[in-house]
Amino acid sequence: MSTKIKKSTGEKVFTVFNYIFMSVLIFVTVYPIWYVLVASFSDSNALTGNMSLLFVPIDFTLDAYKMMLKNPMILIGYRNTLLVLVIGVTLNMFLTALGAYFMSRKRVLFKRPITLLIIFTMYFSGGLIPIYLNVRSLGLLDTYAALILPVAINTFNLIIMRTSFTSIPDSLEESAILDGAGHLTLLFRIILPLAKATVAVILLYYAVEHWNSWFNAMIFLNDRDKFPLQLVLQEILIQNDTSSMTQMVSIGDSSSVGETVKYAVIIVSSVPIFCVYPFIQRYFEKGVMIGAVKE
Amino acid sequence: MQKRSLVKERLKDDMRRNAGLYLLVVPVLLFYILFCYKPMYGAIIAFKRYSTGDGIWGSPWVGFQNFIDLFQSADFFRILKNTVVISVTSIILGFPAPIILALLINEMKLGPFRKITQTVSYMPHFISLVVICALIRNFVGDGGFIQQIVHFFGGPEGSLLNSSEYFVPIYVLSGIWQEVGWGSIIYIAALSGIDQQMYEAAQIDGAGKWKQMLYITLPGLKPTIIIMLILRLGSILSVGYEKIILLYNPLIYETSDVISTYVYRMGFESQDWSYSTAVGLFNSVVNFGILIIANFLSRKFGETSLF
Repeated sequence: MSTKIKKSTGEKVFTVFNYIFMSVLIFVTVYPIWYVLVASFSDSNALTGNMSLLFVPIDFTLDAYKMMLKNPMILIGYRNTLLVLVIGVTLNMFLTALGAYFMSRKRVLFKRPITLLIIFTMYFSGGLIPIYLNVRSLGLLDTYAALILPVAINTFNLIIMRTSFTSIPDSLEESAILDGAGHLTLLFRIILPLAKATVAVILLYYAVEHWNSWFNAMIFLNDRDKFPLQLVLQEILIQNDTSSMTQMVSIGDSSSVGETVKYAVIIVSSVPIFCVYPFIQRYFEKGVMIGAVKE
Repeated sequence: MQKRSLVKERLKDDMRRNAGLYLLVVPVLLFYILFCYKPMYGAIIAFKRYSTGDGIWGSPWVGFQNFIDLFQSADFFRILKNTVVISVTSIILGFPAPIILALLINEMKLGPFRKITQTVSYMPHFISLVVICALIRNFVGDGGFIQQIVHFFGGPEGSLLNSSEYFVPIYVLSGIWQEVGWGSIIYIAALSGIDQQMYEAAQIDGAGKWKQMLYITLPGLKPTIIIMLILRLGSILSVGYEKIILLYNPLIYETSDVISTYVYRMGFESQDWSYSTAVGLFNSVVNFGILIIANFLSRKFGETSLF
């Protein structure tokens, strides 16, 4: 349609600038990540001397990765994160599905008060300190459960799932009920398969949340053997604690090797996200759309 | 008498039909009670002098003493000011950014290029905060790329994170960098919901791009913008602690210490549980109040609301 009407010069100029602007935006977004990747394969001394933008590794080397692998904390962190993620996401999905199922039923007397009770928690919370003291009084400090139970349901995700359950046509459910299906059969055999696109989105949201979380681990854990990956990263990247990694290098080199090790650590910890991201990106997008449907 | 038996009848009927359903929702309710409502009850230590030995109920009441201490504290003005400054700057610069990005992406007619732009712009949203902050520290740190540019134009030697005047720009701009693409999704969705025939009609009537934007696109986006703005305003006093904890240091508390980081330090570093709970509760209550007011105003003047 629009091709029939001639574009004015102003519009053409705008289009050109728009594409230039977007190219700059892509560069600004991608470059920091590219820089880290390139720097992780560079020679540490050459990198320290380099003061310009970097597009390819200087003096390609795998030293940083070799050094990193000598640190047992990276592997421990990976192990703990995977463990918490698998158990945590399973529990997340189970509880979220139950809650969403309940909230999507019709003709239930106490649905409204229970729903309000749940939604209220999105707008008001006891606060950081009472939440910590609560976990402490439950005896969960220094356990994996402290990283799983307090975040067992994300109310936003629950609402998204409720919305998608509600949109399933009643007729499909009614025939199952006539066949004598109970609540569990209805939920797991009929509703979840029908809502599988949303279920996939929520699952990914929870997985990313667990993968990226570090703060709860920092306040709830002391035992280094239980540290998740992000907390290990925080020690290495933010508190500059590369000592455990660089001890085998001669004194003069240690600080600069420490820098490239940091880049290697960032790459290794982010690889799973970068690898799966392009394939699952459209699901994330979908989740935002479902979540945006106003009640 | 009649009424009471009717209520009884309804309860009985509900229990008969939905007993299994209530049983299923018990684990969900347990979560909310144990991990959301129990901490809310625990927040009463804001009105007590809590000690671990006495427990929540056994600790002595002190009334509003903790709140009075907060309002009289030398830190109060600083953390309130910093929270408002960071939040308002984030809103002024960060709120329009995804809307503008969505409008620009919407104008891109080259399918593949548009797809790439979108995919790339969402990506930073999924990178962990620890990694993002490590990147920020690297780029604005001593000898970092951004630090060098700022230094060239008269900025300080050494890391920008050691100069208090750079904290707010670093915090806000990096936040936009991370979230602008993700934030634009909802507006792109709203844009695709606008009836294309309106644009065609406008073109025939001789309206240029600018007029179309003013009279079709922006009115079409209005409900989405208002809802997002209420949500944003409702959290005007809740600047999160995670990113700031990863970026700040005592040298720049003057501009970077906000209410939530203060709660964190008073709690975990000074072990002053009651006082830090009071500070957090003050923050929660004010936030909740602001959200209610924002919602009320938008229902009254904007004809749309959150609840």
